[in-house]
Amino acid sequence: MGIHTQPARLLPGSLIAALLALGAAGPALGDDDDHNDEYDDYHEHGERHVGRWVEPGEDVRPVSNAAYAEECGACHMAYQPGLLPGAAWQRIMAPDALMDHYGDDASLSDDVRRELAGYLTTHGAELSRKSRARAFGVGDSGSGTLPRITATRYFRNEHHEIPSRMVEGNPDVGSFSNCNACHQGAGDGVYNEHRVRIPGYGRWDD
Amino acid sequence: MNHTHPDVPIGLRSAGLHCACLLMAAAWSTAVHAGDPAAGARAWVREYPQPGGVPARSCVTCHTADLAQPGRHAKTGKSIEPMAPSVNPERLTDPAKVAKWLGRNCRWTLGRACTAAEKADFLAYIETQ
Ligand code: HEC
Ligand code: HEC
Ligand code: HEC
Repeated sequence: MGIHTQPARLLPGSLIAALLALGAAGPALGDDDDHNDEYDDYHEHGERHVGRWVEPGEDVRPVSNAAYAEECGACHMAYQPGLLPGAAWQRIMAPDALMDHYGDDASLSDDVRRELAGYLTTHGAELSRKSRARAFGVGDSGSGTLPRITATRYFRNEHHEIPSRMVEGNPDVGSFSNCNACHQGAGDGVYNEHRVRIPGYGRWDD
Repeated sequence: MNHTHPDVPIGLRSAGLHCACLLMAAAWSTAVHAGDPAAGARAWVREYPQPGGVPARSCVTCHTADLAQPGRHAKTGKSIEPMAPSVNPERLTDPAKVAKWLGRNCRWTLGRACTAAEKADFLAYIETQ
């Protein structure tokens, strides 16, 4: 994960503390969408040292909202907002959609729902300066009732060579939605092919 | 404390969170039962058949029958920390979290909201683990 929150608590005090901690960590958390744009190309190629900081080489901006990390990270990894365009997040975050969330119940109180929807739509793929994140915003995100990251054109292009025995037929993966089963840096927004290990099959070399 | 907050299920009362009681009362104003651990234990493993070849569902589907063990989300495979407060002291300490998950998990498992009595039984059972 890009950030570590106290798992069981969302009390205002600790939330504020978590947000302050995030602010203090600054560049290490990679909120570089707002500045040092010139390094963006370097991010395409794994880890880099920039000044005193180790740049994480993320492809999408890591999660930077404690409430989002907790609420949307309970049943699967907390997907980074840059993995879908804002309009898709808007549909996912509608009250009815959360009640029937890909066959599960992810309903939220209205104020939390609004906060998280705001976070997602203001950090959507189309607003990112990172080219991989931007790619997730191109074209549709699937014809199902709800948009999916795994149904975007970019995602399908990058994964179509992977046989289903390594995914659906693999008890340690289960489905493509499980990014972090294969992408070791998924929690930090790192998706480059050099950090892929498919459980039971090892490194991916194509 | 017990007599001043008769509508707070036993599990949360014994967690000893004073401010929690207020939140609790707001979230579950209908919870009037003390909770029966044995009934909660039976309800925990009760299976609810699903239409269309979907496997039957119970609390065990994600949390396992041994609450001291970690569970696994039936659909996503993500591991779930043990439910038993004896091995995971953070359990049942945040009333809003408990209310939220009982709401979701009852709807998903039973296909309907749990009654206040059912919720109290579940919590009474978990608390003994
Ligand atoms: C109660 C459990 C639960 C919670 C909480 C939850 N999800 Fe999900 N989510 C699921 C399940 C189950 C799937 C379907 C996984 C699959 O098909 O393998 C899913 C799938 C998704 C997908 C589609 C992934 C893909 O295949 O591309 C997105 C996007 C998503 N969730 C976003 C969110 C957001 C945003 C939140 C917070 C508001 C959230 N989820 C909270 C259970 C949950
Ligand atoms: C079954 C393992 C597996 C899962 C699950 C998986 N990926 Fe991948 N992913 C790969 C492999 C292998 C590649 C490299 C493909 C290639 O280069 O041919 C890849 C490539 C990528 C790339 C392009 C990286 C590059 O260097 O160009 C991105 C971005 C990506 N994945 C994102 C995701 C996201 C987001 C998820 C979850 C929604 C996900 N992946 C789930 C195995 C997986
Ligand atoms: C589809 C999977 C699934 C099923 C089935 C399920 N749960 Fe859960 N439950 C979860 C997840 C995920 C969480 C939140 C993650 C966490 O706290 O580790 C959770 C959290 C909880 C919590 C919050 C505990 C706390 O204080 O942290 C309670 C209570 C709970 N579940 C009770 C139940 C009961 C009772 C049933 C059966 C009626 C049930 N669950 C069935 C997935 C499930």
